[in-house]
Amino acid sequence: MDLALNDLGELIATALPNEVIATGVAKGELVVNVHSDTIVKVLTFLRDDVHCQFKVLMDVCGVDYPDRDERFDVVYNLLSMVHNQRVRVKVRTAEKIPVPSVVSVFSSANWWEREAWDLFGIYFSGHPDLRRILTDYGFEGHPLRKDFPLSGYVEIRYDDEQKRVVYEPVKMAQDFRNFDFVSPWEAMGAPLPGDEKAEQADDAAGEGDS
Amino acid sequence: MSEKQIKNYNLNFGPQHPSAHGVLRLVLELDGEVIDRADPHVGLLHRGTEKLIEYKNYAQAMPYFDRLDYVSPQNQEHAFVLATEKLLGIEAAPRGQYIRVLFAEIGRVLNHIFTNCAFAMDLGAMTPMLWAFEEREKLMEFCERVSGARMHMAYFRTGGVASDMPDGLADDIDAWCDQFPQMLDDVETLLTENRIFKQRTVDIGGLSAEEAMDWGFSGPNLRACGVPWDLRKAQPYDVYDKMDFDIPVGKTGDCYDRYLVRMSEMRQSLRIIKQCLADMPKGPVKVDNHKITPPSRGDMKQSMESLIHHFKLFTEGYHVPAGETYTAVEAPKGEFGVYLVSDGSNKPYRCKIRPPGFAHLQALELVSKGYMLADVVANIGSLDIVFGEIDR
Repeated sequence: MDLALNDLGELIATALPNEVIATGVAKGELVVNVHSDTIVKVLTFLRDDVHCQFKVLMDVCGVDYPDRDERFDVVYNLLSMVHNQRVRVKVRTAEKIPVPSVVSVFSSANWWEREAWDLFGIYFSGHPDLRRILTDYGFEGHPLRKDFPLSGYVEIRYDDEQKRVVYEPVKMAQDFRNFDFVSPWEAMGAPLPGDEKAEQADDAAGEGDS
Repeated sequence: MSEKQIKNYNLNFGPQHPSAHGVLRLVLELDGEVIDRADPHVGLLHRGTEKLIEYKNYAQAMPYFDRLDYVSPQNQEHAFVLATEKLLGIEAAPRGQYIRVLFAEIGRVLNHIFTNCAFAMDLGAMTPMLWAFEEREKLMEFCERVSGARMHMAYFRTGGVASDMPDGLADDIDAWCDQFPQMLDDVETLLTENRIFKQRTVDIGGLSAEEAMDWGFSGPNLRACGVPWDLRKAQPYDVYDKMDFDIPVGKTGDCYDRYLVRMSEMRQSLRIIKQCLADMPKGPVKVDNHKITPPSRGDMKQSMESLIHHFKLFTEGYHVPAGETYTAVEAPKGEFGVYLVSDGSNKPYRCKIRPPGFAHLQALELVSKGYMLADVVANIGSLDIVFGEIDR
């Protein structure tokens, strides 16, 4: 299975030398990193090429890495029913850089892209109808970004005097409790049990300096 | 004769209408009684599940999956524990795998009973709902006996299941399997050849296999279009590769075919349940690695190490090696996928949930355009929409 995936990855990389940055197989899943401005071409190739035939776009989602310059990953999960294979196409983008919409290639991308726009603020250029989808009417901000607080900024309640629902800034009766569980407990895969804390302390000190 | 400008009629369908299956707000543009445009507004049940999961450790995140598609909670749990197991690089204990498949199929029956009978009720047939809910109640009793909860089981755990089945449950499920086909036959006598039911469903909301794939369909809705695609066969997980069952497919992809596919799938599920009960090995139900699964209560009273393991598991949880995976299961509604990104800590860095209903509801305009207003109700019912999973 992994061999077939490696071959497929090579095939994609050879067919699209200018578009593909890297391909790799991890945990039995093929990952293809591509340049964000070429995503339409890549997905069209993956859909139509006889060796790929990834006819179904299962999912489009964002991932936020706020420490990076290009902070967002946009991940496309595709499925080929003919070859019984999956591929994951990833592009990187930043807050201000739009990603071309792939609605012209897969109709199902429409709502998935709306969702990524709603939750992450990733802008898809050429999308026919880029409205918010999951959050409330008139919602501000993009809740799945790592810098968006878990509690949000506003809370709603029904105001008996005004006879309507009103929005107010969040007031927490109790602080959000976030426990630090990092400890000498041997975590899976950690080479030296008990060393995690020392490393983290160094990192924290390093961050403070910069 | 003077020309008259005719304006299309805009209609708000829901969010409180019973046949909107929860909180669907559908903005319809009608030309007379014919649908011109259907714009579903979703998100009225948005609870921020994905955000919440990022702040919970893996064990705490799992019960959120029950609350996505609350008609068949087990199958969602299944996807998440499989994704976590893949990242951890472990495989569940054999008996645990059988129990998971057994309850995943019970979840499928739970879902299809509900869908088909609620669908029939949307079209005006009250009786199937009343009959079938009795069976649903029996199934939920099995869930309660094994996990303590009728619906939100939180029973599938990383490495297996929470606890073994109580004595006698296997026999009771087996006995239920023998009497359930009678109920299916009864419901089918009411619906399958019913003239009113067929008039409301045959050739309504059909779509081709190409369209279905383009719109990301999966599960029974895709199979109704004639695509024999089932993840349980194509990419088997747990012990599905040892199970012998058939995949029912439809021809036209209309509402009637979706109904028929679900009806046949329930009979196939019974076959799988029977095989699970017959082949289930003895032994532990979860892996014997107390870094991941809690030690038994008895051990905790005797062994200091077990007590520490227990304490650490229920405060810190387990750390999952950095990596990412897209793991999908064949949930009753279609492909339910979890895209899990781990950064090596005890909490998921990102957990994207791919609900099948999201893609199906998106195609509502495609399947409803040109049909009558009443057919929208048939389409919503047969596409199997549950807002818990769509809005997340």
